Amino acid sequence: MTKKVFWGVLAAASAVAGFASADTLDDVKARGKLICGTSTGLAGFSAPDANGRYEGFDVAYCRALAGAIFGDPEAVDFKPLTTTNRFSALSAGEVDVLARNTTWTLTRDVDLKNTFIGVNYYDGQGFMVPKELGVTSARELDGATVCIQTGTTTELNLADFFRANNISYEPVPIETNAEAQQQYLAGACDVYTTDASGLAATRASFEAPGDHVILPEIISKEPLGPLVRQGDDHWADIASWTLNALIAAEELGVTSANIDELSESTENPEIARLLGTEGNLGEMLGLSQDWAANAIKAEGNYGEIFEKYIGEGTPIGLARGLNAQWTEGGLLYAPPFR
Amino acid sequence: MAIASDPPKGGFQLSQLIYDTRYRSMTIQVATLIGVLALVFWLGANVTENLAELGKPIDFGFLGEPAGYDINQRLIEYDNQDIHARAAFVGLLNTLLVAFLGCILATVVGVLVGVLRLSHNWIVAKIMTVYVECFRNVPVLLWIVLAMAIMIEALPQPRDFRGDDPAASMLFDAFAFTNRGVYIPEPLFSRSLGDFSFFGIFDISIDLIAILAVLAAGIFTAKKIGAQADQIQNQTGIRPKTWPKTAGVILVPLLAILAILGFHLGYPALKGFNFDGGTHLRNSLIALWLALSFYTAAFIAEIVRGGIMAISKGQSEAAAALGLRPNRIMRLVVLPQALRIIIPPLISQYLNLTKNSSLAIAVGYMDLTGTLMGITLNQSGRELECVMLTMLIYLAISLCISGAFNIYNQRVKLKER
Repeated sequence: MTKKVFWGVLAAASAVAGFASADTLDDVKARGKLICGTSTGLAGFSAPDANGRYEGFDVAYCRALAGAIFGDPEAVDFKPLTTTNRFSALSAGEVDVLARNTTWTLTRDVDLKNTFIGVNYYDGQGFMVPKELGVTSARELDGATVCIQTGTTTELNLADFFRANNISYEPVPIETNAEAQQQYLAGACDVYTTDASGLAATRASFEAPGDHVILPEIISKEPLGPLVRQGDDHWADIASWTLNALIAAEELGVTSANIDELSESTENPEIARLLGTEGNLGEMLGLSQDWAANAIKAEGNYGEIFEKYIGEGTPIGLARGLNAQWTEGGLLYAPPFR
Repeated sequence: MAIASDPPKGGFQLSQLIYDTRYRSMTIQVATLIGVLALVFWLGANVTENLAELGKPIDFGFLGEPAGYDINQRLIEYDNQDIHARAAFVGLLNTLLVAFLGCILATVVGVLVGVLRLSHNWIVAKIMTVYVECFRNVPVLLWIVLAMAIMIEALPQPRDFRGDDPAASMLFDAFAFTNRGVYIPEPLFSRSLGDFSFFGIFDISIDLIAILAVLAAGIFTAKKIGAQADQIQNQTGIRPKTWPKTAGVILVPLLAILAILGFHLGYPALKGFNFDGGTHLRNSLIALWLALSFYTAAFIAEIVRGGIMAISKGQSEAAAALGLRPNRIMRLVVLPQALRIIIPPLISQYLNLTKNSSLAIAVGYMDLTGTLMGITLNQSGRELECVMLTMLIYLAISLCISGAFNIYNQRVKLKER
């Protein structure tokens, strides 16, 4: 018995040592598959479809990354992670990249030794209440029972918001979105709070979405983005520029429909560099020349992915808002490809 | 007489450490101990060094930083500006609360079921068998989740109590059973003595201390009266009537102190989103408490049954021959002897219950695992520190419980003279 514990600790100790030095891209290539950490199921962002295939906004990023590396968007395995174990899973090397609607904060970036590689969704924390309560503002929630997912920034924002407005509340900590939904629908809590996108996704899965309102107050900035382990800048560059490629593609009008045509005959030098028909950007990243084209081919450019999974045409029904291109009054702004 | 293994005369030689049977076992043990310690040290140093290389050296400084999150069930004052260490302490008290309540209920139910399983009444015995087999053969996590789901789905929401013709109403206008928990009247004192600050860490109500002191004094006096009655009974064979006296010495001072303190009840009332006033027993506490208790009670029932069956039949037959009634035979003859067999395995059931309470997060009960190993770990990102600290605290709790019960076991075990 004692011996077993020792070998366990020994293995753990050597595992820690092992991951400190490895090059992630080499590991991924050797494995032949990318391992991507996603949420345990949030409609529109990452959830299995009827055939059990993972789909969604965050999942699409992982497929694009797999496309950039292998030229094959299916060369990716998904690992559902809870809010509690996501960072440990990333730092222990269980996943290569975490695309799990995770808020970019200083503590997580610096103290938890992660590298956020960009923002794929600008979000903010909101409140959802049943319509019959007649609440129109979050400031009227004095004394309410609030369901929150534990282990998220949501808890801290909530505490700050109620303290700033000098009103009280009763927190009900919940492990997963599904349990929160059950408690909220049964009336065990008056309010459900999480990121506004998550609220919209959750509400879309209700039987009667119209009976619930999302309050106008957005009480926090929640820039959600994919992240990787700190210490492997090369890998972070690949992850970051894949996201930039998706955003730039939308800005440049490159879509999954016209990408083949454009890579053969484009006059625009920026598009040519992005698609690898000009310059050697792929080589600099240690990838193939058509890496960005493969990433875009996976599920389309940023705008296409947005419309397909969470846009206004879907049950989630999110407007572009802050997530429009900078040319459209949004915050999406990809650095130049040169 | 000459025996071959006569101790050799002369000075001690180093080779004796290996070749002399008197020293050899000691030598091997010391060498093994050094080896084990070296291995532990090497592993520890390795982990520390690698963590430092990863940029995560072991550091408990985060415990002194503001926690920033709220906890719903607080036995002591706490708000989100208090430090992580205090949040962990709040969680620890919640763990101890549910463990304490759980151990009591599990013992009561367990003993009852264990005795009833031996009943000659066929129906009762079979029902208890079904209970034991159902509870101990399903993982406790499922019982906890089931208990919570029943509480959430079956009980009315607070807003059902509202309106002229509400869908739900309070019991005796004092108890409200809702799917957020049970609201019961709370004791209030209009002439309160205030609080006593325990080293500035938490406050204890002086009212409570005063009431407990009066109660303890009353029980002590009642015991004296009982002892006196025993003496008279031994001398004269007639037992004087004691109950009016004992009831008097316990109840009169108790009622007096309650009147002096201005005791009255505060009733819960619907206000805003929730009930206000009264004591709120959250459904997470109730679900966890009931599930843990009934689960552990199934094991305790088997231990009790085993203990009773181990007492030879002659004992109860002899007691019956003396003219004792069955419940007295059980109480005076069988159970005291059975306790000797029951206590040691009972201790391990109490330890199990305490450790199983760490499943609390499944129903959102903020125990030590939910605070220190849940939110604090997440916000600070100090996995190793939080896990080690939590393990250490559970170890300490368990050792305290088994220590206390081992003392009790020493008292009830068979005294061989």
